[in-house]
Amino acid sequence: MTATTTEHETPAASAPTQLTMAGALNAALRDAMAADDRVVVYGEDVGPLGGVFRVTDGLQARFGEDRIWDSPLAESGIVGTAIGMAMYGMRPVVEMQFDAFSYPAFEQMVSHVAKMRNRTKGRMTLPMVVRIPCAGAIGGVEHHSDSSEAYWTATPGLTVVMPSNPADAYSMLREAIDSDDPVVFMEPKSRYWSKAPLTLPVTTAPMDRAVVEREGTDVTLLGYGPTVRTALEAADAAEAEGLSIEVVDLRSLSPFDDETVGASVRKTSRAAVIHEAAQFGGYGAEVAARVTERNFHHLAAPVLRVTGFDIPYPSPKLEEHYLPTADRVLAALDTWEWDD
Amino acid sequence: MRTPARWRNIGRMSLDVEHDSVRTLPSEKPIRLLDNAGHAVRGAAAGGFELPELDTLLELYRRMVVARRFDVQVTALTKQGRLATYPSAYGQEACEIGAISAIEAQDWFFPTYRDSIALLTRGIDPGDILQSFRGDWHNGYDQHAHRCASQTTPLATQALHAVGLAHAARLRQDPIVAMTYLGDGATSEGDAHEAFNFAAVWQTPTVFLVQNNQFAISVPVSRQTHAVTLADKAIGYGMPGFHVDGNDVAAMYAVTRAAVGRARSGGGPTLIEGLTYRIESHTNSDDPTRYRSARDVEHWKRRDPIERLEKYLVSEGALTESLRAEMTDAAEAVAAHTRDVMTTEAELDPLELFDHVYARPRATLLEQRARLEAELAEAATHAGAAAPHAGAAR
Repeated sequence: MTATTTEHETPAASAPTQLTMAGALNAALRDAMAADDRVVVYGEDVGPLGGVFRVTDGLQARFGEDRIWDSPLAESGIVGTAIGMAMYGMRPVVEMQFDAFSYPAFEQMVSHVAKMRNRTKGRMTLPMVVRIPCAGAIGGVEHHSDSSEAYWTATPGLTVVMPSNPADAYSMLREAIDSDDPVVFMEPKSRYWSKAPLTLPVTTAPMDRAVVEREGTDVTLLGYGPTVRTALEAADAAEAEGLSIEVVDLRSLSPFDDETVGASVRKTSRAAVIHEAAQFGGYGAEVAARVTERNFHHLAAPVLRVTGFDIPYPSPKLEEHYLPTADRVLAALDTWEWDD
Repeated sequence: MRTPARWRNIGRMSLDVEHDSVRTLPSEKPIRLLDNAGHAVRGAAAGGFELPELDTLLELYRRMVVARRFDVQVTALTKQGRLATYPSAYGQEACEIGAISAIEAQDWFFPTYRDSIALLTRGIDPGDILQSFRGDWHNGYDQHAHRCASQTTPLATQALHAVGLAHAARLRQDPIVAMTYLGDGATSEGDAHEAFNFAAVWQTPTVFLVQNNQFAISVPVSRQTHAVTLADKAIGYGMPGFHVDGNDVAAMYAVTRAAVGRARSGGGPTLIEGLTYRIESHTNSDDPTRYRSARDVEHWKRRDPIERLEKYLVSEGALTESLRAEMTDAAEAVAAHTRDVMTTEAELDPLELFDHVYARPRATLLEQRARLEAELAEAATHAGAAAPHAGAAR
């Protein structure tokens, strides 16, 4: 077995090319598999088809069926066997195909993936990645647009990250695969086809850190995955009205980067968190509580949550009414009392 | 998944049995090599399996005697309040010891909460096995050192781990077999189905032993399945299934040994059902009189796996008095050691609660750890300050 490194090696740097997030994830898997033969990839339709979102496109042809293969259609089986493979020293990267299809694996995730290291006092680590295409805005029928992040973030022992752009997608997936902790790697489906010029391999901020995507002075918008773009759109629109919005991409949902978020909130004194998932008991509740507990005396207003409604995810023709938009974000900011 | 090229030319180890076909149902009558009177069984009832050598049977006997003594000791300690709980395997020694004795040092074992005596047989110290049942930590032994996964409570979940590990070993071309135990109730779980299926599709070197002790806590096996035997399930997955007398250690050893050999040589997984009976309650907090008759228990007590082998060994002149005394001494030594370790309170460090959750340290956990540390320091100060004045105040 070859030793793994934290540096992203492999292919020689070249001129930047336009890459989608799906393409960046594909490259990350390819480079990780080339760098470390302990990395194996399996799941539903990841072989000849290349995954329903084509994230594993071409990988089986390149690496063969001993490194990447189609498993039986059973998510608990996929995660459960990945645990066994990780116990033997492999670094499995498994795909859940769609967010809502990860639920059969819930017991394996919560009872074993999250607890194995603690149960065994660190003697048995599970270096594995569970990739979960997540969230909506893709016109998907029922069960294809869920946001399940709060189930995972509520579970001690899991590391939960969600990139919002192609560069982070590459860098964070490489880091997740190299991590000795199991990582729930959530991929916002609506961003799979977003493009950015990239020179690979690219290393962005560590995956446990939030990043200030756009600087501002009046309000901090906290987004992750698909809602980073929403926050940036809101910031653009607000600028015209003279409101300076800082946008923070959380990137890491568990752990939470209190330092970066706290610094931004203390500067702006106002914060709102945006996510697609329903509000009640959602991830935003934790964000609002944490930010308030740690920065109360620096806040001029309560931390807001701009989220999906507290209803099951709607059918495709109605989802536009559910999803938090830039307009809805700006309307929410208007509910604060402003001194001037 | 297509069979990787390097596996295609490996021949299947012949089980040399009539029904060595994945399209043949196991016999309804369990395979048996020793009957209840301790007589060797031959012909069709033996399913084509050979009675193991006397030396092997003596060793299996010794292991069962030690395991029984340990189990009785731990049940007693639990009644004395030394353990939070203990799921006994009294009466199931032929399954527990026969199967675990069929794997080698390099193989892996994936046990449930009821399989402490198999872990003991695997060479793990009683104190380490019982850390979880004493309530010190959720698991107390080194998995890698013994190649034993932690005892699993969520039913059938560990079977998937066994399949995954076996598959990883196969991809690495390591000649390793993963054996897992399940109960009759666990076969109703979705994970049992997924594990059987993944193992068969991937042709992993996995041996599934279903210990059918006839009750899932209180629910009889007739309410778990409509199949004639639990081993019947194998045929649907395309793997061989064997229905074995689970109180006959000779049969349990011979059948699992063949399955392990078959798995190791690339022949894929096997499902074995050992038909046995849980003599003790589910755990110390259970009341079995509510769901089964004393007559039923007595019936099964007369089918004791240890007595059965003992009769055979005595009739063969293999179990001498000195050998028997040696084994009793060994069993008593294990019981004494178990009493020693379980009556000595372990020093627990509450701060360790934070130390193993993540490989990468987390700021939030460090904060919470510091908070608990301060609480403990304050409590210690109070205890120290309060003691001298306690008498004076009255």
